[in-house]
Amino acid sequence: MIPIQYYLLFAGFLFSVGLVGVLIRRNAIVVFMCIEIMLNSVNLTFVTFSAYLGDATGQIVVFFVMTVAAAEAAVGLAIIISLFRNKQTLNINEINLLKW
Amino acid sequence: MVSMYQFIGLIPLFPLIGFLINGLLGSKIKSEKIIGSISVLAVSLSFLVSTFIFFEMINLPTEERLKIVTLFSWINVGSINVDISYQIDQLSILMTLIITGVGSLIHIYATGYMHGDSGYWRFFAYLNLFIFTMLNLVLADNFLLMFLGWEGVGLCSYLLIGFWYDRDFENSTTSVAAKKAFIVNRIGDFGFLIAMFLIVQEFGSLQFLSVFSQASVIPSGDKILTAITLLLFLGATGKSAQIPLFVWLPDAMAGPTPVSALIHAATMVTAGVYLLARSSTMFILAPITMDVVAVIGICTAVFAGTIALVQNDIKKILAYSTLSQLGFMFLACGVGAFSVGVFHLMTHAFFKALLFLGAGAIIHSLHHEQNIQKMGGLKKYLPKTAATFFIAAFAISGIPPLSGFFSKDEILWKAFSSGSIWLWLFGIIGACLTAFYIFRLVTLVFNGEERFDEDLHPKEVPSAMTIPLIILAVLSAIGGLIGIPHFLGGSNKFEEFLEPIFKRANYQLPIAHDEIFMEYLLMSISVALAVGGILFARHLYLKDNSIAEKISKKYNYGYKLLFNKYFVDEFYDKVVVNPIKNFSDSVLWKKLDVKIIDEFINASGRITEYLSSLFVKIQTGVTDTYVLIFVMGVVLILLRMII
Repeated sequence: MIPIQYYLLFAGFLFSVGLVGVLIRRNAIVVFMCIEIMLNSVNLTFVTFSAYLGDATGQIVVFFVMTVAAAEAAVGLAIIISLFRNKQTLNINEINLLKW
Repeated sequence: MVSMYQFIGLIPLFPLIGFLINGLLGSKIKSEKIIGSISVLAVSLSFLVSTFIFFEMINLPTEERLKIVTLFSWINVGSINVDISYQIDQLSILMTLIITGVGSLIHIYATGYMHGDSGYWRFFAYLNLFIFTMLNLVLADNFLLMFLGWEGVGLCSYLLIGFWYDRDFENSTTSVAAKKAFIVNRIGDFGFLIAMFLIVQEFGSLQFLSVFSQASVIPSGDKILTAITLLLFLGATGKSAQIPLFVWLPDAMAGPTPVSALIHAATMVTAGVYLLARSSTMFILAPITMDVVAVIGICTAVFAGTIALVQNDIKKILAYSTLSQLGFMFLACGVGAFSVGVFHLMTHAFFKALLFLGAGAIIHSLHHEQNIQKMGGLKKYLPKTAATFFIAAFAISGIPPLSGFFSKDEILWKAFSSGSIWLWLFGIIGACLTAFYIFRLVTLVFNGEERFDEDLHPKEVPSAMTIPLIILAVLSAIGGLIGIPHFLGGSNKFEEFLEPIFKRANYQLPIAHDEIFMEYLLMSISVALAVGGILFARHLYLKDNSIAEKISKKYNYGYKLLFNKYFVDEFYDKVVVNPIKNFSDSVLWKKLDVKIIDEFINASGRITEYLSSLFVKIQTGVTDTYVLIFVMGVVLILLRMII
């Protein structure tokens, strides 16, 4: 059996990749994908603990997260499409109208 | 048998329904007939119910006549309970009969008078609302509900004085007159309110029966009781237009004439007298207040009577006459003869309503001409109006056996027998003035040469207007017969009927010995003076008024003084109104409001603006920055949790 540390390290690594991606990438779709990576790293942690503790709760939460992520993907992509139609760009630094 | 007493709620209910229908749907109802009928029906149904209750009452034994009907609980705070409940007794049912009876007649009259007015529905809605609130005033079994009615009639008075809000009235507009009435009344209401606070503090209740039974054991001359009664009287001077708060009533003539007849002559202005009669138990225990009431009453009676001598506006003369007659009622109350005061209230309601409605008919037929110098010789054009007007004029002058004679003479007798020759002396002067000014008016309007424009062609008013005149004329003529005093061989049914109400008050009074000879003597003097006044007025004005003009030239200074109403309005303007206006303008507005209150508000805005300017740079609109700050925040929190 693979020790729990590996799973957790892998999940942490995935989360960091996603976080750095969100911080440094400019393309809205890539940022979006990075967020998905972060969500899935958390899912992985949940499943890991679920398996190790023999408790199904973690897995149930994963289903919730997946559902929400799917809904969020739909809404997010819709926003991205309408943003692109309006500004002909997906560079999030150029999408900065909402400010004082 | 079903007692009619339990249907007391219907009496105010009908006018309320009439008000709601006309007020909410009136503008949709195009037909004047429907609006008028609803309104008239509402009041006459109330009159019908009151008549039933009245007849049931007189068949009951005296001690069973008083009843209190509670409709629902209104205010229940701590030990104070105030219900919407009506007290049915001799006094309240009498007032109800006067209000709904005279009210119905004036409603009928108004359907003719207001014909073609664009605000027809509005007028009748207000009129019904007035009846509703006035009934609450007189039927209430506690001070607070009475006060509600008191304020309600004030509101209706305001609305109806300013009814023709776009018309000019004496160098200003009718809305200025309406505002004046409202504000002057407010001063009186202030007194009423303070009196109520004192009553709650002293007696822990606002219910008439409870307050009066507690008050009746207080020794005479008690300080608190004097304060309460004086403050209540201040309220009465406001509503009943006595010195010093009378200035609003002459200006109230800006309203349509039926309003002047109903509100500013027959009913609302008598509310002050009703208040005194209702609280007679307390007043009688405050001798100082009683003296004040009597003196204010007689002063107003003479003061207003002299002003009325020289006025030229027909409604103004009648307004000052109303002031003067109200003064007589207060005189009666002030000498402790409350039932006589109420008696005069009733007869006055008949003949003064008649005088005003007659004046309305004259004004109507002359297309809104109100100056009696531009009338004359109208007798042959308006025969019915003239005949009824003459009856009313004789009644108000106190010519036997018309109604005014009995009530006024009784007042003078009570004033005399109360021990003050001065009250009586000024009383007969007032009575003589009354006879003079009313016959000056009558003579200038109906007799002599025709001084109105030739193309006016006055003709008799429609029957909707003459029928109420005739009914009121009959009442003015015979209304006094129910109160024929004993020494004239009558049984004074009126006083006997009201006796239980004033039992406590009468108990405190010194018993007046009926000196028949004196009564006859005084009565003859007052009748002789009234006849003298009438003959003098006829003499001066019947042919032409050259003699009157000579007199006014000779006493030019006095004439100017009277013609300008003793400059009271100007005096109030200088001493009260303008200082308050200037103070409000320069201090309250420009200093307190602009400099202090506004600055406080602005300062709180500016502080918020400054604080937000410190952090506003964070909001860049760039998503990266937000995410970075967010992550940093999370890291900080995590570090804090770990360490």
